[in-house]
Amino acid sequence: MTEEMSGAEMVIRALADQGVKHLFGYPGGAVLPIYDAIFAQDKVQHILVRHEQGAVHAAEGYARSTGKVGCVLVTSGPGATNAVTGLTDALMDSIPIVCITGQVPTHLIGNDAFQECDTVGITRPCTKHNYLVKRIEDLPRVLHEAFYIASSGRPGPVVVDIPKDIQFAKGVYSKPKDFPHTGYKPKLKGDIDKIKQAIELMAHAKRPLFYTGGGVINSGKHASDLLRELVKLTGFPVTSTLMGLGAFPAADPQWMGMLGMHGTLEANMAMHDCDVMICIGARFDDRITGRLDAFSPGSKKIHVDIDASSINKNVKVDVGIVGDCAHVLEDMVRLWRSGAKHPDKKALGDWWKQIDKWRSRKSLAYRRSNEVIKPQYAIQRLYELTKDRDTYITTEVGQHQMWAAQFYNFQEPNRWMTSGGLGTMGYGLPASVGVQLAHPKSLVIDIAGEASVLMTMQEISTAVQYRLPVKIFIINNKYMGMVRQWQELLHGGRYSESYSEALPDFVKLAEAYHAHGIRCEKPGDLDHAIKEMIDVDKPVLFDCVVDPKENCFPMIPSGRAHNEMILGDAAESLDSAITEAGKVMV
Amino acid sequence: MNAPTTSHYPAAPTAQKAESHTLSVLVDNEPGVLARVIGLFSGRGYNIESLTVSETEHAKHLSLITVVTTGTPMVIEQIKNQLDRLVPVHRVVDMTLSGRSIERELAMVKVKGKGDSRVEALRLADAFRARVIDATTESFVFEITGKSDKIEQFVALMLPLGLVEVSRTGIAAIARGPEGM
Repeated sequence: MTEEMSGAEMVIRALADQGVKHLFGYPGGAVLPIYDAIFAQDKVQHILVRHEQGAVHAAEGYARSTGKVGCVLVTSGPGATNAVTGLTDALMDSIPIVCITGQVPTHLIGNDAFQECDTVGITRPCTKHNYLVKRIEDLPRVLHEAFYIASSGRPGPVVVDIPKDIQFAKGVYSKPKDFPHTGYKPKLKGDIDKIKQAIELMAHAKRPLFYTGGGVINSGKHASDLLRELVKLTGFPVTSTLMGLGAFPAADPQWMGMLGMHGTLEANMAMHDCDVMICIGARFDDRITGRLDAFSPGSKKIHVDIDASSINKNVKVDVGIVGDCAHVLEDMVRLWRSGAKHPDKKALGDWWKQIDKWRSRKSLAYRRSNEVIKPQYAIQRLYELTKDRDTYITTEVGQHQMWAAQFYNFQEPNRWMTSGGLGTMGYGLPASVGVQLAHPKSLVIDIAGEASVLMTMQEISTAVQYRLPVKIFIINNKYMGMVRQWQELLHGGRYSESYSEALPDFVKLAEAYHAHGIRCEKPGDLDHAIKEMIDVDKPVLFDCVVDPKENCFPMIPSGRAHNEMILGDAAESLDSAITEAGKVMV
Repeated sequence: MNAPTTSHYPAAPTAQKAESHTLSVLVDNEPGVLARVIGLFSGRGYNIESLTVSETEHAKHLSLITVVTTGTPMVIEQIKNQLDRLVPVHRVVDMTLSGRSIERELAMVKVKGKGDSRVEALRLADAFRARVIDATTESFVFEITGKSDKIEQFVALMLPLGLVEVSRTGIAAIARGPEGM
């Protein structure tokens, strides 16, 4: 079935055929024909953001919480350049996005026309792939290809740049077909011989662990289920990166907490001392590895990743398996079962004893206070009061993000939306808008910092317009906390420009936006205030005034290895927690 | 324990021995594909020592990029994987690793001179099997093909004889034997 229509109509038609329900965007001269096409239909709902960066972050939140492709529509020039931060964020965190940008008419390209920029040139390094469509005949194929490339293999953002004359041009539309591309063929099944090698290593491990990442989430719910099954079968401990939280339930006794720079002591010590490391869908990022030449020196490493370029990039591994997490995990579970593998029970028991000793150090402990709200306490209370609800959490970037990762216990995948790779302050508020739109009945909370949230504060207006009752829970310590923490540790306490001077009154700011404002300054009032936040059926700005001096611990200081963590002063000291036998290993 | 650094990034790894590799990259012949490849090299800090690009099969819209690059074995492996990840890239073959490849380069060398040096240039050109493709009473343009070191040697010999300029194509490579890429 083919039909003749304008390029602009094709865009909307292709989105509808790809199952897109929501499109985040901002109009402008070079996309007006597409906005005209939006006006004439009701299959795709357009969400008007307040800044193009917000559109991409909202689409990221939408994508990450649903597993679907997030869609963005922006105009040429500043519309496209404003989207660049979001696109880079999506590339770093492997989020499927299709971003359609308007472009000046083809005869003006290269002439420095009004609102012209070299969109494909600018976005080439920050997209998985991009297109400039110069012929109407190419448009339907390119649109469908864009969805295929964004969502298959290692997901990522794809830009389709469409000049205005192509939007007006008439052409023949065709529906999505099988992808004929010969050069792009993501490999899903892992090499079975390598998987067998991995299983052999696992079966003979004495101190094994699973180190999982965002790839397990991207691979779908099935991958998380298979991971849980394999972890139960083997009895091995599990840790995860920031991006992978929720793939394995935090309530499970085999869970060691997050690893890396602000990970738990037990996770990092286990990484350092393990003899077999099974990395699934993570990429040995520098926040994870710390000092590379001292990274897990005695272990055999297995790495499962759909992106071959992630394997042996930072850390040389012994068994590299290129494939989709769910596919490889399925083979692993099958081989483990059919081979009736029984790892050395005694060795594994000793390993667990060692891990429990590390756990007993209580590396996340902090000093409580009745006078001032500790940021960790605020997140603990938030968790306790929301854990029995259908809750989704987004964050900004900084200390609050790490505390959220440490203290909000995720039990299910797709519930945690955060900017990991790029570390984009201002991600969380627009992302929460996208999540709430995808899950209208759920409780969506952005755990924010007062500095981050001001970067994209205008999107609260979007939330109000579409009646999206997102809760912006601001951990307000009046500092760019993570910057201040680094200045304290590395720059002699010279707090250069990290104080949040002249902050707005967040309660009045909420009112100005027709949202609901709450301020809480005392630990005793916190529960009541959080309940009020949950009950208000409106977007809420919650100004949670916390201890400005609190630092985020534990941490691996710069240039150090996993076994050289700094703990907060409330953690158990070495002597009280470690027995003679354990001392040998610390 | 090591002294703490003042960066929150890990220190640079200690330098390892770099190798030179010739990579053949088969790509879709479409606008921007070369920019993608070059952008990958510059964006990730890889070296390009030589680069040649040309359409190979018009009907299939394919082009072949031959790139000579240097890096540690781990970096070379990264480069190949990163290239393979680009959507318009069909195949990446490491000609150096396969060990059975032929590499050739073409250069045009302009030499200006009179008298003995002119005769000497012509004599050397003959020894190197370079062809004269342009001549005036005071200059020659030689065309020479071969491995890069042969061309470099020829250029070095021309230097005292009145070398004006050199234009080189960069390296093209192909595997020996009956199999294609």
